[in-house]
Amino acid sequence: MKLTGAQIVMECLLEQDVEVVFGYPGGTILNLYDALYDYRDKITHILTAHEQGASHAADGYARATGKVGVCFSTSGPGATNLVTGVATAYMDSSPVVFITCNVASNLIGRDSFQEIDITGVTMPVTKSNYQVRDVTKLADVIREAFAVASSGRPGPVLIDIMKDVTALTADYEFIPKANHAKDSHMARLLQRKTNIIAYPEPDREAIRTVAAWLRASERPMFLVGGGVVSSGAAPSMRRIVELVNAPAAATILGQGVFRYDDPMFTGPIGMHGTKLSNLAFVEADLIIAVGTRFTDRVALNPGKFRDRKKIVHIDIDASEINKNVRVDLGIVGDAGRALEMLIEALGSDFEKKSNWVAPLLPETRKSAYRHESNLLKPDEILRALHERTGDNAIIVTDVGQHQMWTALHFKFSRPRQFITSAGFGTMGFGLGAAMGAKVGCPDVPVIEITGDGCFRMNLNELSTVEYYDIPVITIIFNNGTLGMVRQWQTLLYKSRYSETTLDRGPDFVKTAEAFGVAGYRASDLEGFRAALDAALKSGKAAVIDCIIDMDEKVVPMVPGGKHLNDFLID
Amino acid sequence: MANGNTFTISILVENYAGVLSQITRLFSRRGYNIQSIAADTIERPDETRITIIADGDLEAAQQILFQLRKQISVISAKLLNPADAIQRSMVIVKVDGDTKEKRDEIIQISNIFRANIIDISLDCLTVSVTGAPDKIEAFIRLMTPFGILELVRSGIVTIERGKLTIHSED
Ligand SMILES: Cc1ncc(C[n+]2csc(CCOP(=O)(O)OP(=O)(O)O)c2C)c(N)n1
Repeated sequence: MKLTGAQIVMECLLEQDVEVVFGYPGGTILNLYDALYDYRDKITHILTAHEQGASHAADGYARATGKVGVCFSTSGPGATNLVTGVATAYMDSSPVVFITCNVASNLIGRDSFQEIDITGVTMPVTKSNYQVRDVTKLADVIREAFAVASSGRPGPVLIDIMKDVTALTADYEFIPKANHAKDSHMARLLQRKTNIIAYPEPDREAIRTVAAWLRASERPMFLVGGGVVSSGAAPSMRRIVELVNAPAAATILGQGVFRYDDPMFTGPIGMHGTKLSNLAFVEADLIIAVGTRFTDRVALNPGKFRDRKKIVHIDIDASEINKNVRVDLGIVGDAGRALEMLIEALGSDFEKKSNWVAPLLPETRKSAYRHESNLLKPDEILRALHERTGDNAIIVTDVGQHQMWTALHFKFSRPRQFITSAGFGTMGFGLGAAMGAKVGCPDVPVIEITGDGCFRMNLNELSTVEYYDIPVITIIFNNGTLGMVRQWQTLLYKSRYSETTLDRGPDFVKTAEAFGVAGYRASDLEGFRAALDAALKSGKAAVIDCIIDMDEKVVPMVPGGKHLNDFLID
Repeated sequence: MANGNTFTISILVENYAGVLSQITRLFSRRGYNIQSIAADTIERPDETRITIIADGDLEAAQQILFQLRKQISVISAKLLNPADAIQRSMVIVKVDGDTKEKRDEIIQISNIFRANIIDISLDCLTVSVTGAPDKIEAFIRLMTPFGILELVRSGIVTIERGKLTIHSED
C-alpha cells in the first residue's frame, strides 16, 4: 500500500496502540497534522498551551501508565521548546517518543526559517535520536524508536522528519507490534543491541555470591530506585525485603514500591531523606541497591558512602555500575528477574535477620528543629489530602520544598503513584505532567502539588485542562518565596535573601477563574478540607491556593558533600 | 586499556551523518580530552572504524566503553592494551633545505627511518614516515633543527596482535 510519510507516521502510531498525542502544530509539521485529521477518531490529540507543557504531559502519561508517551512539535522554536521536557524524561528514564518535523531537505543547512539541528541539540538527552531523510526508512525508524524508548532502561527518543519526507509516498505494510521483533530491520537491531533493547540474564554466579553475603550479613539494607518501578519489580522487591527482614529505603523515584506502613520501609534517603533511612544506611554492613544510580543527592559524599560496608548494585544499564560509586559487585539485568533469582538462591531455609534498625528509632525521634507558625503546615495539608484520597490518587509535584515535603509526608502505597522530576529538578513540570497522568489514568484523582514559583512558570496549561476537561486538582503551597532556595540562603548564606522573595502577583484564585477553572484559597485546615472536598466533588479541574509560612523548612537536610548522617537540621 | 594516563579504544560504528560527533561527545561530556582520533570506512561502506586515544585512567576508560556500547550506532567497542596491539600513524613533514648539505643530511636521516621523500625542490623537502608513535616522535625531533615549515600527522590506528579482533570477547 502506498502512503505518504505523514500517513505512515499515523499508521505506525496505531501499530504501537498509541491513543493520545500531546503536541503543537506549525509550518513544517503541517502534513502530519493534516494526516492526523483523518485519524482523529483513533488518535486523540491534545493541543497544549506550550510545547514544554506537551513534553511534560507525554512524560507524565508515560510515568503514570507505563506506556510510551508521544509528543509532536514543529521545527525551530517548537522543537527547542521541547528540550527541557526531553531532558527531564531522560534524567528519570521515562519512555517518550518525540516527533518533530524539520524544514525540507533542499532547505536544510541554510539557516532556513525555523530550521534547527534538533538531533544535534538533543543528542546528550535522548537515548537515541534520528533524522529521517528517506521516506522508505520512516516506518522502520518509528518502530525502532518505540522499541528503544520502552525497553532495557527506558528513555526518550526523538525522531526529526524532514518536511518533504512527510509528503513523499512509500510502500507501507501494517506490521502488528507483536511481530516487530521478527521483522528484518528490528530483528537485526535486536541481535546487535541486546545491551540496550533487551534484558540480559543476570549472572547466576553473582546472584549466588549476593545470597551468601546476605546470609553472612548482620545489618543488610536495600536501596530501591526508579528502576524497580519501571521494571514492574515492586512485588519481588516487597517479597525479598520481607523474606530477609531488612530495612529498605527508597530514592525519590522509588517511592511507592513499598506501602508507607510497611514495617521495613524507612522512607526516602539522601539530602532530604528520613533520619531513619540515612542513619540506617550508615550503620548497614551490606547494601543491595536495585535500579538506582547513586546520584549526588543520595551518595552525597561518594567517598564516605561505602565506609565499612559492601555494596551490591543491580541495574539494567551496565554503564551505571561503578559510575558514581565504586561497588563490590555489579549485576547487570532486569531488576525483577534478578530479585526472583536472588529469592530462589536464598532458599527456603534462609534465616530472617533480626530487626537491626529498631534500636535506631529513639534517635530518629529526637528533633532539634522547631518552626512555629499559625498558618497551614505542609505535613498537615498532605495528611488531610491522604485522608480524602486514600491510596487511590496519583500525586504529581513540581520542584522545591513542596516536592520534598510530599516525598517525606504523603503516604504512598503503590508504584507509579508519585510523579516528579527527580533527576533534572524541572520547575514547571507539574501541571503538564499531571495533565498527562490524568489523560492516561482517567479513573483516579490526579493531584498536582506545586509551589508559587513553579506554578507561575507554566500555569498556561490551565487553559488546556479547562478546554479538554482534564480534572487535575492543583494544590499550591504558597509561601511567597522560592522556598527551597530561601532555605539554602537561610542556612548557608547568612539569610541574605537575594532574589527569592515572591512578593508579587498574580492572585492565583483569580488567575484560575480567568482560565475558567475553580479557584479556592485556604489559610487553615478547615478551609483546605472544604476546598478539596468541593474540588473532588465537582469532578472538574481546580486550583487550591494554600497560604503557608515563608520560613517552613524541609527537615531533615544534609548538605551535598556531607555524609548521610551529618544533618544540617534535623 | 589504560596506560598511565591515556587509554586506547577501538570502535566499529554504523556510518551515518552525525555519528562521529555522537561518539566524541561522550568523551568531551565527561571532560576526557581526545589526544588522537582516526576514522575511516573499512570493509563495508556503511561501517566506520574509529580509534581513539584519550586522557583518563582505567575507570574512565571503562565508563566510556559502556557509554559507547549504549549507542545504537556502535556495533562493537573494545579497550586495547597497547602492549598487545600494533599502533601506527603517519606524519608528513615539510623541512627547510636551502643548502645542499642540509638536503643531503635530511635524505640520510630519512633513509634510516625508511621515510619517503615525496617532494623536493631547491629550498625544501617534504617527507612522510609511517610507524609506531615513538618512531614518529623521533623523526620529528631529528627534523626540528632543520626548520620544520609545516607538519601534518594522522591519528593513530591500532590493531590487536594475533587472531583477536574487535569482534572477539574481551
Ligand atoms: C527551571 C528551574 N529553574 C530554577 C530552579 C532552581 N530551583 C529549585 S527549587 C526552586 C524554588 C521553587 O520555588 P517554589 O515553586 O515556590 O517552591 P517551594 O520551594 O517554595 O516549595 C528553584 C528556583 C529549578 N529547579 N528549575
